[in-house]
Amino acid sequence: MDLLEYQGKQLFARHGVPVPAGRRATTVQQAVDAAGEVGFPCAVKAQVQIGGRGKLGGIRIAHDAAQAREHAQAILGMDIRGLTVRELWIEAASQIAAEYYASIVFDRSAKAPLVMLSTRGGVDIEQVAEEDPGAIARLHVDPLLGFQAFHGRRLAFEAGVEADVVRPVGELLARLYEVFCSEEATLVEVNPLIVTPEREVRALDAKVTLDGNSLFRHPDNAALRDPSAEDPQERMAAERGLTYVKLDGDIGVLANGAGLSMSTLDVVAEAGGRPANFLDAGGGSRAEAITSAVEVILSDPRVRAVLFNIFGGITRCDEVARGLIEAFAQIDPSVPFVVRLDGTNGEQGRELLRQARLPNVTIEATMDGAAARVVELARTGG
Amino acid sequence: MSILVDERTRLCTSGITGREGTFHTLRNRDYGTNVVAGVTPGKGGQDVDGIPVFDTFSQAVRERGANTAMIFVPPRFAADSILEAEDAGIELIVCITEGIPAHDELRVYNILRKNGRSRLVGPNCPGILSPGKANVGIIPASFFSAGNVGVVSRSGTLTYQIGSVLAQRGFGNSSIVGIGGDPVPGTDFIDVLDMFEADDQTELIVLCGEIGGDAEERAADHIAQRISKPVIAYIAGFTAPPGKTMGHAGAIVSGSHGTAAAKAQALEQRGVRVGRTPTQVAEEAARLLGG
Repeated sequence: MDLLEYQGKQLFARHGVPVPAGRRATTVQQAVDAAGEVGFPCAVKAQVQIGGRGKLGGIRIAHDAAQAREHAQAILGMDIRGLTVRELWIEAASQIAAEYYASIVFDRSAKAPLVMLSTRGGVDIEQVAEEDPGAIARLHVDPLLGFQAFHGRRLAFEAGVEADVVRPVGELLARLYEVFCSEEATLVEVNPLIVTPEREVRALDAKVTLDGNSLFRHPDNAALRDPSAEDPQERMAAERGLTYVKLDGDIGVLANGAGLSMSTLDVVAEAGGRPANFLDAGGGSRAEAITSAVEVILSDPRVRAVLFNIFGGITRCDEVARGLIEAFAQIDPSVPFVVRLDGTNGEQGRELLRQARLPNVTIEATMDGAAARVVELARTGG
Repeated sequence: MSILVDERTRLCTSGITGREGTFHTLRNRDYGTNVVAGVTPGKGGQDVDGIPVFDTFSQAVRERGANTAMIFVPPRFAADSILEAEDAGIELIVCITEGIPAHDELRVYNILRKNGRSRLVGPNCPGILSPGKANVGIIPASFFSAGNVGVVSRSGTLTYQIGSVLAQRGFGNSSIVGIGGDPVPGTDFIDVLDMFEADDQTELIVLCGEIGGDAEERAADHIAQRISKPVIAYIAGFTAPPGKTMGHAGAIVSGSHGTAAAKAQALEQRGVRVGRTPTQVAEEAARLLGG
């Protein structure tokens, strides 16, 4: 789960990571009031989960209340790469003497948190990594040992931070590590991490990704989820306990198991089609779950044909067939369906479908055959 | 032979009294797996269809000689259950549970590695099947027969798909190992490749990967250096968009990292044939084995 900048900064503040004072605003008047509270000059910052908002006009400096109003009016409702700005973060503007970069990532390969520090902050770090990998100091921390003071010193010296801020930068990294572990994040990134002319060190931005599987231990963080930011089909699927990802094609896809679902999308693409979604109906899918999944798929108006690809293990194909029959009784879809049922109770499932004589449903024996057929139907409109 | 599970397996299920735990434990026993015990704290002294239930893993080991654990408890209890099994001296721990917090997995992985006593397979995996010998987990065994193809996979249903096409061509399996779809699997491709390399029943290895992480790339290097047996690979997720988790917690393309194309390329550059569809994989396997 990705947090907005201000949500990340609030987590930072809770763990002693220094951040500029700020206030959240969702209306122009709130923004003007917030600006008055934090003082001028202040930064009016769009809260969207996308990088590069500064360049697109999503961050502006206000020197008085009139400017704060003007900027808030301009930014609220603005479209930043397809995302509408609904929230602002108003924060005291910072003087910058140096811009650093700091992050902690969950390194799957090393099975350890990876802490990175660079004095080349404020720019695209992937570009720095490519052009000048030596400019980024890296250190894996043994998760059973935790982050020690020497880790902070080593990173700070290796990155070449200015001598007088080695200690506060090390201290800030230790606090970030605390955020990473105690909030169960998979990413904590600060770009830029600034040094002010008064030689204070502060996180000027915050990018935090939390582990969705750990939210049961963090009810406060779970409440940060913003359902309005999600795609309508994805939200509908989440409410029904289905794993759904919206894609940009016109062939609705339902399969069971994450791997087979991904593979089905690939086989559809290989056959020349464009999948509209990923939908894993899960293991042991019952009829109701299938009916529900069909509703989610068909709620996407671009879908012109639907492919069911089931290899039953725990999932029983007769249950899937019953779910599909029920879905047709409830919804009466106007687009063609291609169904491939194999594995546990495959023959029973296919027989149920044959007996039901559903209009517009083709049964195919193989995954490849089903993909070819659904691509053809999407093209010709059934 | 076969790997990880066989006639010597003495299985103990954690969470045996839960609905899924009971169902799959009994299925495993019906297949012929030697299920010796179950663990559910507070239910010691009961039995599940004749399988004795204990309060702790140490009792199950002491009284029934359990050497393999299958973890079926909910995600919030799973890390603790794995650590309990390890502490009790269980050699092989197979964790089926999906949705375990990533930091729990990180801690468990590092503790097990440091102690060096137990192997963890999973979490979020379908388990291990050695056809004709033992089934530990949720793999539908009826589709598979004993043979010479070893399969290692991050995905369950995809494995069944490939396995069934192979079976239609008349090939069976030495073992099928699901390593799971989470970011920190206890056992990775390299571990299993080494086991298949050393297993005299296995003549061909099928490696089934997916987007996310770099396990397939590292496996590619390992195959080039250490594996003499032929390997055929499949990678799922060519059409997956960046930044979206495709069902498995570990299946996510981050920026330009972890794409299916990069994985397929890494494997092909090291001489591993990569099938574009599950059917192609099975056909290529059949061709190599002379079917």
